[in-house]
Amino acid sequence: MSNSKPVLSSSIGRKLIMSLTGIFLCTFLIVHLIGNLQLFKDDAGYAFNNYAYLMTHFAPIKVVSYLLYASIIIHAIYALVLTLKNRAARPIAYAQNGGKANSKWNSRNMGILGTVILVFLATHMNNFWWKYHNDQTPYIEYSKDLATGVVTSKEISASEFHDYQVTVVNNVEVTKARDLYKQVDFAFQNIGLVIFYVIAMIALAFHLIHGFQSAFQSLGFAHKKYVPLIKGLSVWLFGVIIPIGFALMPLYFYFVK
Amino acid sequence: MAQHMNLTLKVWRQKNDKTKGQFVTIQANNIADDMSFLEMLDIVNEDLTRKGEDPVYFDHDCREGICGMCSLVINGRPHGPKYGITTCQLHMRSFHDGQTIVIEPWRAAAFPVLKDLAVDRTAFDRIQQAGGYVNVNTGGVPDANTIAIPKRIADEAFESATCIGCGACVAACKNASAMLFVSAKISQFALLPQGQTERYERAQAMVDQMDAEGFGNCTNTGACEAECPKGIKLTNIARMNREYLTAKFFREEDVHVQS
Ligand code: SF4
Ligand code: FES
Repeated sequence: MSNSKPVLSSSIGRKLIMSLTGIFLCTFLIVHLIGNLQLFKDDAGYAFNNYAYLMTHFAPIKVVSYLLYASIIIHAIYALVLTLKNRAARPIAYAQNGGKANSKWNSRNMGILGTVILVFLATHMNNFWWKYHNDQTPYIEYSKDLATGVVTSKEISASEFHDYQVTVVNNVEVTKARDLYKQVDFAFQNIGLVIFYVIAMIALAFHLIHGFQSAFQSLGFAHKKYVPLIKGLSVWLFGVIIPIGFALMPLYFYFVK
Repeated sequence: MAQHMNLTLKVWRQKNDKTKGQFVTIQANNIADDMSFLEMLDIVNEDLTRKGEDPVYFDHDCREGICGMCSLVINGRPHGPKYGITTCQLHMRSFHDGQTIVIEPWRAAAFPVLKDLAVDRTAFDRIQQAGGYVNVNTGGVPDANTIAIPKRIADEAFESATCIGCGACVAACKNASAMLFVSAKISQFALLPQGQTERYERAQAMVDQMDAEGFGNCTNTGACEAECPKGIKLTNIARMNREYLTAKFFREEDVHVQS
């Protein structure tokens, strides 16, 4: 028994990469959902826009966000590499395939589901992330009466905006911010986009029902008590609560706002 | 009384690993439902031989589910439509009169077709040779049961050891991954005291050989576990991953600087 190949060029090493990036992306979804619940507040985006500023300017969070972009890219590239290798491992396909008798549809189609999610991510980042970072959102000014807590708002122009700032004058807190909330509202008036978002969230649900628990299997985790717990989380948290939570956002803006 | 049936077989025929194969339709008439699937093929082959044609080549040996030689994908399922049995244990009563049955070989780059339905599974042998063994000292025969092993662990090792190396896991896997087989072989030794000496060397050597043979990468679909005639469980794959990653990152031998 000789010494062996480097871990990352082995099948299990590649699976390690897939599972670690995948679990990291899953935890991000929890944070992303909780933060974005502020979209449901009826405050003209006061809470959400302040939160958006924090998320894009607080250094530790920025570090995490770069890790996040890297994870998405690595997860996708490794998926592609693994898929190509797996194709090569079976050059001649079966004439008849009994896959549905031995495995779940989503577990066999993670690549397709992942591709839908990737296309979604590109659209999503372009709609919001790109516009937010490139001065393509409207601007807003909030005046919060610190005595009563009442917030009023008005749209301002780019020349009035300068930069995100919070000033307090005469017990009134004035906040100038990029109005990402307005951009969200605007984007989700498009029924096509709303439908696409809902479809993407369905794909996400099926991807994660398999993916989350599969990641733990790849890491070698097996336990009669805790694996059922992980499978429960896969289905209920990542397959139901999170995708429905996200899907409600476009639906809310289209039908309610 | 046995019922008899007439069947249409669509059989993969291929001269050798250099040529391309194709499906050939063969009629199987007057087949008793008590026959095993392989007996049905025997009858078909007798017919073909009598007609002066080349009989259908397929692997088999024990015909009682213990050797792991039989290896047919029947209507898209390794070892046929039932769970937990090998092809030789499948009976014709699982089919009905007039049915069309598609018979294919295990399909994987690492299992090249030798002829018709028989594939070359020496890739499994090479994986075993890479580390699927224990070294023992020669000398007197040790007494049985001198090393205490917890019952649950002994049972688990035994279950892993029931793998007959048939390769249905590879055939069932959409990625043609051999991880169920390899993990069963690694587990069997990793669980037992006798396997500890080479434990981590073994995990690395066998995984390396598995990769070198060109098997695909597991995506945890669970198809292997569902189709395995011996009920080898996915927890073996989790264990293999654990053994391998432990070998790579936490192995005692690699903790210390050599002086
Ligand atoms: S794990 Fe099961 S299917 Fe795979 S070779 Fe062993 S007995 Fe056959
Ligand atoms: S012929 Fe031995 S297991 Fe089927």
